[in-house]
Amino acid sequence: MSLDPATIRRIAALARIRVEDDQVESLRTELNGILGWIEQLNEVNVEGIEPLAGGAAMALTMRDDVVTDGGKADQILSNAPERIGNFFAVPKVVE
Amino acid sequence: MMLTDLTIAEARDGLRAKRFSAVDLTMAHLHAIEQLNPRLNAYLTVSHSQALAQAQAADAALAAGEARALTGIPLAIKDLFCTQGIRTTAGSRILEPFVPPYESTVTANLKRDGAIFLGKANLDEFAMGSSNMTSAFGPVENPWKRRQDANAVLVPGGSSGGSAAAVAARLAMGATGTDTGGSIRQPASFCGLVGVKPTYGRCSRWGVVAFASSLDHPGPFARTVRDSAILLGSMSGHDPKDSTSANVPVPDFEAACARGVKGLRIGVPKEYRSDGMAAEIEALWQQGLGWLRDAGAEIVDVSLPHTKYGLATYYIIAPAEASSNLARYDGVRFGMRREGQDLRDLYERTRAEGFGAEVRRRVLIGTYVLSAGYYDAYYLRAQKVRALILRDFTDVFTQVDALLTPTAPSAAFGQGEKMDDPITMYLNDVFTVPSNLAGVPAASVPAGLDTNGLPLGLQVIGRPFDEATVLAVSSVIEQAAGFDALPAIRAGA
Repeated sequence: MSLDPATIRRIAALARIRVEDDQVESLRTELNGILGWIEQLNEVNVEGIEPLAGGAAMALTMRDDVVTDGGKADQILSNAPERIGNFFAVPKVVE
Repeated sequence: MMLTDLTIAEARDGLRAKRFSAVDLTMAHLHAIEQLNPRLNAYLTVSHSQALAQAQAADAALAAGEARALTGIPLAIKDLFCTQGIRTTAGSRILEPFVPPYESTVTANLKRDGAIFLGKANLDEFAMGSSNMTSAFGPVENPWKRRQDANAVLVPGGSSGGSAAAVAARLAMGATGTDTGGSIRQPASFCGLVGVKPTYGRCSRWGVVAFASSLDHPGPFARTVRDSAILLGSMSGHDPKDSTSANVPVPDFEAACARGVKGLRIGVPKEYRSDGMAAEIEALWQQGLGWLRDAGAEIVDVSLPHTKYGLATYYIIAPAEASSNLARYDGVRFGMRREGQDLRDLYERTRAEGFGAEVRRRVLIGTYVLSAGYYDAYYLRAQKVRALILRDFTDVFTQVDALLTPTAPSAAFGQGEKMDDPITMYLNDVFTVPSNLAGVPAASVPAGLDTNGLPLGLQVIGRPFDEATVLAVSSVIEQAAGFDALPAIRAGA
């Protein structure tokens, strides 16, 4: 399995990371190196094995569906690069 | 003896006996930071005025007879833990302007117990690295030097490189770190320190900038096993704000250090013995086993058959989780922003300029292994191999109480080495990654020096929530090793 330049661009678009044309080839080499190395997992017999999502062999606990916090708009917005009133501001997205 | 040379346990006693004040102790460390940090770059932010205010409060508590476990003890905090009102960067440009309006649970626990925060320690960007070379704010110099080559600048390991360098150079009495694939234990080994990665769920992840949530473990650095036990006791405990935090009792870790190993069964996993292992690391490992045998433990050969697949499994799961966790850095809600032609362009430019090369690489790998058509082949398969790795540990812990292995395949290396391709750097974590995948506790304890005079650590791995045994075994190694070598660069040297 080897990634082509179009796939590199597609992954970068999915990840919302701008990739310049002159970066595609070096990224392709690096990512193919890593993916080629990872393919060693194909030799492991995983038939009938349940996937493990986390290190803690414990069930997540339920909690009451109640509001425990809130009313902190100013704190939440305190690090916003741009705000308008109590809102995060972004470039216009709807014409 | 200088105040900065004291252990936490000694300083605790000295403060209570009024031999010196918390302000004296804090000033001694702030002075050492002023002298050495411009060279070492261990701290990204020094919280001078907050530290002094905390020290004055500690002296008031001591005078009132209200001292707690860490009252007046100055610490370094890895710059991955959110600290209210103190900039928290994760070693990344994208968080350069970020000042958290909240405090992480682990640092809140340390503050509750009276600890003083000297500042925020340098790290690999988003904790992704094994040398501290990926920090957006420059590398950290390891305070240790090769005997024959004192000019070579060595790495402190990573990702918690600033924490390790600060404690080794006496710029803090202890520090917090995080360990996702070895990021506490490998720098502890490289800097001659004790580093503990506790059981997954022991220390809350709430308020710790997330890298790979199922693998991230907060834990302590200190210069002795006992000091690391004191810190771990304060950092631990159930936290309703972290859904994976374990609601289990926290034992007296400090008391556990004195338990000894008489009658314990210590496993030696044969898969950790690779053909390419340096002879001096193999010899140190054998010596460690000898020390434990002399102290009354029984040494047992065991097998962890899926060990060799640990790194490849890790390099699917960790980037996958990272690609999801780092989606939040969008240039809109917090952190850095680069303007674009439209919202999408703003996202893409912000993330391209805000993330360094290693972080971009891992986010791209993670995005790929989770993408439609590849999820089963990569991510799901890796989760199944992860289940086999956990089963290896579960099986082996029916036969033995703890495992002893080397911590890292080498001593500290030079800045710029192992940078030719990403996989060479990844191999640093070959002995540490499996316990992150399985969530079992593990510690690195300094056991000796290599031929260049650089520290080497041994790793003790234990059963889930049995840090007490890990600390007991580590203490026996510490006593037998009598490790008293000092780094060339340190306060007062």
